[in-house]
Amino acid sequence: MHITIKVNGADRSADVEPRMLLAHLIREEFRLTGTHVGCDTTSCGACTVLLDGRPIKSCTMFAVQADSREVTTVEGLLQDGQLHPIQAAFKQEHGLQCGFCTPGMMLTGTALLAENPAPTDEEVRWAISGQVCRCTGYMNIVKAIQAAGRDMAAGPAETADATVAS
Amino acid sequence: MLPSRFEYHRPDSLEEAMHLLAEHGDEAKVLAGGQSLIPVMKLRLAAPAHLVDIGRLGLDTIAEADGHLAIGALARHRDLERSDLLKARYPVMAAAAPLISDPIVRNLGTIGGSLCHADPAGDWASVMLALQASVVARSTRGERELAISEFLQDTFTTALEPDEIVTEVRVPQPAGASGGTYLKLERKVGDYATVAAAIHLSLSDGTIERAGIGLTGVASKNLQPTDAEGSLAGAEPTEAAFAEAGRLAAEASSPVTDVRGSADYKRHVVDVYVRRGLARALEMARAA
Repeated sequence: MHITIKVNGADRSADVEPRMLLAHLIREEFRLTGTHVGCDTTSCGACTVLLDGRPIKSCTMFAVQADSREVTTVEGLLQDGQLHPIQAAFKQEHGLQCGFCTPGMMLTGTALLAENPAPTDEEVRWAISGQVCRCTGYMNIVKAIQAAGRDMAAGPAETADATVAS
Repeated sequence: MLPSRFEYHRPDSLEEAMHLLAEHGDEAKVLAGGQSLIPVMKLRLAAPAHLVDIGRLGLDTIAEADGHLAIGALARHRDLERSDLLKARYPVMAAAAPLISDPIVRNLGTIGGSLCHADPAGDWASVMLALQASVVARSTRGERELAISEFLQDTFTTALEPDEIVTEVRVPQPAGASGGTYLKLERKVGDYATVAAAIHLSLSDGTIERAGIGLTGVASKNLQPTDAEGSLAGAEPTEAAFAEAGRLAAEASSPVTDVRGSADYKRHVVDVYVRRGLARALEMARAA
């Protein structure tokens, strides 16, 4: 089946079997490997992407279901060489170690902040409760998402350390 | 694993969907949110030759009409979680919604899909048993309404014919003084319930008019302990009455010993949750 999905703002097309999972389309067809496949059981959320702005587990959706819809992957956070505030915050707050869960955590973080710009610890933990991190114990993930919220509320001039080192 | 091959259909209307099911019968499965079906297909426990994707057909309104709450089958768990109507008037549902799976799965999973999947560890079915809800099933042959107790037949088995689609869930509007809750024990967010209990209580002049109880994860399908409910009908809402109901509900349960706990432990949790749930429901009903 021929499908077209707007991925990180650009139309991407592919001919896929209906059984192809969205996670595999993203990784193997579109070569966007920031989205990870972790558990195969819809538990870990390493495959989380945004579908029309909402976090979904791309290992539990067929690519054909996303036809003519919008998908945001972690690669879509970078804008013109500038780190998204959530990326800068994860760097600043040491919100990652191995990085495997990080793309999903950052995307869920941005979706949360769009609805709730100043979430409490409890609210962040609730929002990421569909995702597993084996490294960090979640503390710095929570701090990073909250820091990003503060940075985004303060405005672009205030965002620290936002340039990608070349 | 990967699912086995299937033909994918995305009908533009409910009518087209019903015709596809009429044509393909039991070789077809309906795809709504996919949060139960796709995991099962990835394990190849299900391998339908045809999938009929109804995910874009709307059918997601949540509104009161004609003496009941009408919920479109495609209402996502997240929409039910955020519904002010449910929080105000359907506390059992409002308590259950945020406890289903995890927040990411709730963005896609649907109430209709959950009920049709009929996993005894599924949450909505217990809520619907406690609330004496019904489902509306449509096909090219017409429409019928089934009481939830009739609809749920066995593990992963409902009364749906292969050509039918559930389009709506109907919940009776609450009587005056009523309350309820959903209590769920799980090892972590996203795990299946170790045990869960949906409790509904309505009062009439201070005595119990009706108690509704639905239990998750304690039998081959979601369980309605009718002896426990019966013991409460017309009774004074005392701690002793609740303790007896808890005991009867635990007795009616037949949980299995597994990684989540022993059968004895799970029966104990049923007892505790039924008593605790009834106490909470009573507080709410008296405040109403």
